[in-house]
Amino acid sequence: MSLLMHIIKNEWKSLLRGKWVIGYGLIFLILTDTLLRFGGGGAETLLSLSNVMLLFVPLVGMIYGILYIYQSREFVELLLTQPINRRVLYWGLFLGISTPLMAAFIVGSMLPLGWHGILMIDGMASAMVLGLGGVLTLIFAALGFVFGLMFYEDKIKGFGFTIVVWLFLAILYDGLVLMLVFLFGNYPLENFVIAVSMLNPIDLARIMVMLEFDVSALMGYTGAVFNRFFGTTLGITTASVMLLVWLAVPTWIGLNVFRKKDF
Amino acid sequence: MIEIEDVKKSFGDLNVLKGMSLTVPKGQATGIVGPNGAGKTTLIKTILGLVKSDSGLIKVNGEPLDNDGRYRKDIGYMPQVARYPENMKVYELFEFIKGLRDQEPVYEQELIDQFTLRPELEKSLRNLSGGNRQKVGATLAMMFNPDLLFFDEPTAGLDPRSSHKFKKRVEMEKENRKTVIITSHIMSELEQLVDHVVFILDGRIRYYGSMENLLQESNETRLEAAIASMMDDDPQEVAA
Repeated sequence: MSLLMHIIKNEWKSLLRGKWVIGYGLIFLILTDTLLRFGGGGAETLLSLSNVMLLFVPLVGMIYGILYIYQSREFVELLLTQPINRRVLYWGLFLGISTPLMAAFIVGSMLPLGWHGILMIDGMASAMVLGLGGVLTLIFAALGFVFGLMFYEDKIKGFGFTIVVWLFLAILYDGLVLMLVFLFGNYPLENFVIAVSMLNPIDLARIMVMLEFDVSALMGYTGAVFNRFFGTTLGITTASVMLLVWLAVPTWIGLNVFRKKDF
Repeated sequence: MIEIEDVKKSFGDLNVLKGMSLTVPKGQATGIVGPNGAGKTTLIKTILGLVKSDSGLIKVNGEPLDNDGRYRKDIGYMPQVARYPENMKVYELFEFIKGLRDQEPVYEQELIDQFTLRPELEKSLRNLSGGNRQKVGATLAMMFNPDLLFFDEPTAGLDPRSSHKFKKRVEMEKENRKTVIITSHIMSELEQLVDHVVFILDGRIRYYGSMENLLQESNETRLEAAIASMMDDDPQEVAA
């Protein structure tokens, strides 16, 4: 346990000194503050913030994860020659780099929400947007780790794959689902749509935001079906559980690839 | 002491280690030589646990390799390319590795002085020259006084003075009955540092024995000539 903390702390120190993470937090701080100053009420701001969050947090998390693997190759190899277990090293590195990124988003967005008083008024909604951003950071940093380890020798392929996965999940997915629904409109598709939306963590997060804010017009097709099928409370619970599965699966795959890999 | 029995490793279709067996007794200084791509680095990485062998058995000090990597407490490794997190300072790296190994260093200060690293301690690793980074790697490998020392092309980036100091240090480690394993393409360096040679060709061990024997058998006076003639003699190499 202390060994794990030792590795995590080392990554934290190194990241803080890189100042990159602080800049990332500042971007969300400025963005949230600007939205609050010019964007009217709390709920609207939170929605705008979550739109930005749903788009960029996955991209940054994934690029960050894969970049870490590529940049730290020799260092990780040196650490692997020390008397430590690969499992501990994996968790140390993963938590060491993903938690500061998560904290940067949460703290950066939370501060303006705090000083504009939104945290007090829309506490639940704020907490949800911030929490979802945090979970998405972890999920996509883990995916970045997995892609980095899988395409260890071929960085171009690794980055290309990362960008394509992001484009697919963040932008194309809902459109594709809608197209399928349009093409097969004569068949009962509810179960299919529910299943499909479970397969995309960004979709799940968006659905949760929309259910919380009860803005069905912005829900997208999958969100609307989700809402009708589950209702708000059960819908949010189901989506949360699925997000946790989404968190567990890539980290588990990453761990196993890391443990078996030849460096 | 290292025991290797019929170790095989392939990467996809490429058979890198085609059944290697080797016993390196305690206190022996061994040089691993062979052409590029012969499997030298893969062999070392397999012993270190960086690469997992497909079959065969490896024991370090009588213990088979385990997943916890505890056997690596007895191993110091200096990699061929030394790169570290850029904004970490030299002394922080030393502290970090100390915590990781949970061992007290024996020769830390001595090595820092020997390799004149003291003025570099407060610098970020990014600002270190390649040679100084190699010296940091050498210090990390030796400061915990491990029984087994692995050096992968150790003097490639060192200036003559540092290279000389490094060799002196390795000679001292030999006198202290450390098992030393060095890969190098610089044969004169190996002549100086090791007394046994493993010659690897195409994933197999072609020669393993004392340097003297090798020179006698091949009727050469220098290691370089002996190795070159062995490469020439090899039918596979000619066919290729």
